[in-house]
Amino acid sequence: MQNERPAGVVANAHPQRWGDRLFQWTTLFFALFVLGVLAAILLTLAWSAWPAFEHFGWHFLVSSEWNPVTLKFGALSPMVGTLVTSLIAMLFGIPISFGIALFITEMAPDWLKRPVGTAIELLAAIPSIIYGMWGLFVFAPYFTDHIQPLMTDTLGVLPLIGPMFQGPPIGISVFSAGFILAIMVIPFIAAIMRDVFEIVPRTLKESAYAMGSTRWEVIWRVVLPYTKVGVIGGIMLGLGRALGETMAVTFVIGNAHDLHLSLFMPGNTISSTLANEFTEADGKLYTSSLIALGFLLFVITVIVLSFARLLLMRLERTQGGRKA
Amino acid sequence: MLKSFSKGLVVGVALMGAGLAQAEVKQINGAGATFPYPVYSQWADAYHKATGVEFNYQAIGSGGGIKQIKAKTVDFGASDAPLKAEELEKHGLMQFPMIMGGVVPVVNIKGLHVGHLRLDGELLADIFMGKIKHWDDARIKAMNPGLELPHRAITVVHRSDGSGTTFIFTNYLTKVSKSWADKVGNNKSVDWPAGVGGKGNQGVANYVNRINGSIGYVEYAYALQNKMNYVRLKNRDGEYVSPTAENFQAAAAGADWRHAPGYYMVLTDQPGAKSWPITGASFILVYKQAEKPAVTKAVLKFFDWSYHHGQAMAEKLDYVPMPEKVVKMVEATWAADIKGSDGAAVWTSSDAE
Repeated sequence: MQNERPAGVVANAHPQRWGDRLFQWTTLFFALFVLGVLAAILLTLAWSAWPAFEHFGWHFLVSSEWNPVTLKFGALSPMVGTLVTSLIAMLFGIPISFGIALFITEMAPDWLKRPVGTAIELLAAIPSIIYGMWGLFVFAPYFTDHIQPLMTDTLGVLPLIGPMFQGPPIGISVFSAGFILAIMVIPFIAAIMRDVFEIVPRTLKESAYAMGSTRWEVIWRVVLPYTKVGVIGGIMLGLGRALGETMAVTFVIGNAHDLHLSLFMPGNTISSTLANEFTEADGKLYTSSLIALGFLLFVITVIVLSFARLLLMRLERTQGGRKA
Repeated sequence: MLKSFSKGLVVGVALMGAGLAQAEVKQINGAGATFPYPVYSQWADAYHKATGVEFNYQAIGSGGGIKQIKAKTVDFGASDAPLKAEELEKHGLMQFPMIMGGVVPVVNIKGLHVGHLRLDGELLADIFMGKIKHWDDARIKAMNPGLELPHRAITVVHRSDGSGTTFIFTNYLTKVSKSWADKVGNNKSVDWPAGVGGKGNQGVANYVNRINGSIGYVEYAYALQNKMNYVRLKNRDGEYVSPTAENFQAAAAGADWRHAPGYYMVLTDQPGAKSWPITGASFILVYKQAEKPAVTKAVLKFFDWSYHHGQAMAEKLDYVPMPEKVVKMVEATWAADIKGSDGAAVWTSSDAE
């Protein structure tokens, strides 16, 4: 190939290659720097959490006791709370975001597209504490008086899952926290879904329509497969936010170190526990146990997100197989 | 023109000279308990106007105050939970009581008038342990003959963060209920057997105002500000008393500070017919061996000024000022215990107001 180039370009090739190399090293440095920071955080957390892990051993992961007086700590209740609230957030958040994104890209009339899109972006910019206050003062009372009795009467009588929907009507509960989280992650997921839906080539959709596909078939068979990676990326971003959200959850979850079968009972998450107790924790073991919680949140986030990645890779492989 | 210029110059130079002549400490930094924050900030404002010295106080909570002074990031720490004498000794700290106030159980029961519900310590402990589940429980009814109580579930509201308020409250419950002492105990945060947790006094007030059938505990000032329905409590002398500044004062009056090593004193369950049983003092922590004697002296000067000039401001905010004899004792302790690196006393009796 080089032989075909004019002589002048060959002469200049060396400095250019050096420039390229320099650029490559710089970017490599930044990329590795991120990994380094990540490793440093993990190491610092593990180092400071070690006294707690050493003192409690495996018991720390399976005990839900949290007693600052007797200095007995266990992480089960905040870990379960973190996962359950995030799960509720995803159960509500994903379908609603999906609907919003589809409406904006595929169905909305042009004059409505922009206002709805802007509103979604504005929702993402609202500080989480505002969602928390809204949850406590507006959502919780309404939920207590109108929605929870309905859910207890209908879902609460079902076998197996019934106990999950029974409980005192106070509106401050794991379920409320999950629901507030859902509202908070919707703008993130919806905005990303909208962006990826918009990059589906027009010709692709038009050919499907030309073959007589209905709108639903176009969405399900053309748009979604084309944008799957982006959609899952958006969901992961929302999930990441739900796992780590602190202030809004602290407002509505009730901050009790208890494990209940019922979603209508107060609970806690790892980040709400940290927000509540870190400033006031005294003594080595108490502080170390809180840092251990932080370490576990880190690990949980990594596991959950890697699992999502893995799922994505499997999806891609099976799809590739079908194509071939 | 020239005249006014030179006049300005003279005034400027005079001001600079005055600034240099005064103590070089212009700013005092402290952190800790949220309970005394309103009165400390009032004092700081008045003191700044009177002397030009700025007093910064970060209300980060009692535990935070203890942590910060141990880490030496502040000039003094503040805590509603006193440190035990041994712990003070271990860290070379001294503490003194600065102001007193009360913790108040508050309820939200629709249709119930303010101050009409009566409870005693044991009943309060059993409610907070989740043993009594409804407001029309036979034991509550027996204590409140003639009061209409609904068959409503009791929702307990407690602090979710560690706090001096919780320390004072659980200290009281530990004194009056054996099962509370055995199962839960006394600390800035405890393993609550029941209920939901709100962050800060305001968080508890919010939850109680929100949840029909709830009971919580807050500093008196928050109960007043939020117009909350407080509970009358049976005190050690068997009288039902309301939370008022007068009754906090009554609880504080009999306190034997002289025989409290390191001023370790929790004013809960005190004798006296009028004593409000959940009263507590808020404390200031400083180092005995002052690394910067001038700063420590400025801290002491501020609190000395507040002891003598701040009573009216404190009372207006429903706190109880320290009695004169306690102030005298504290100032004697300052003179005896707080030394600079050269071994000279930081505070002398001639510094007092």
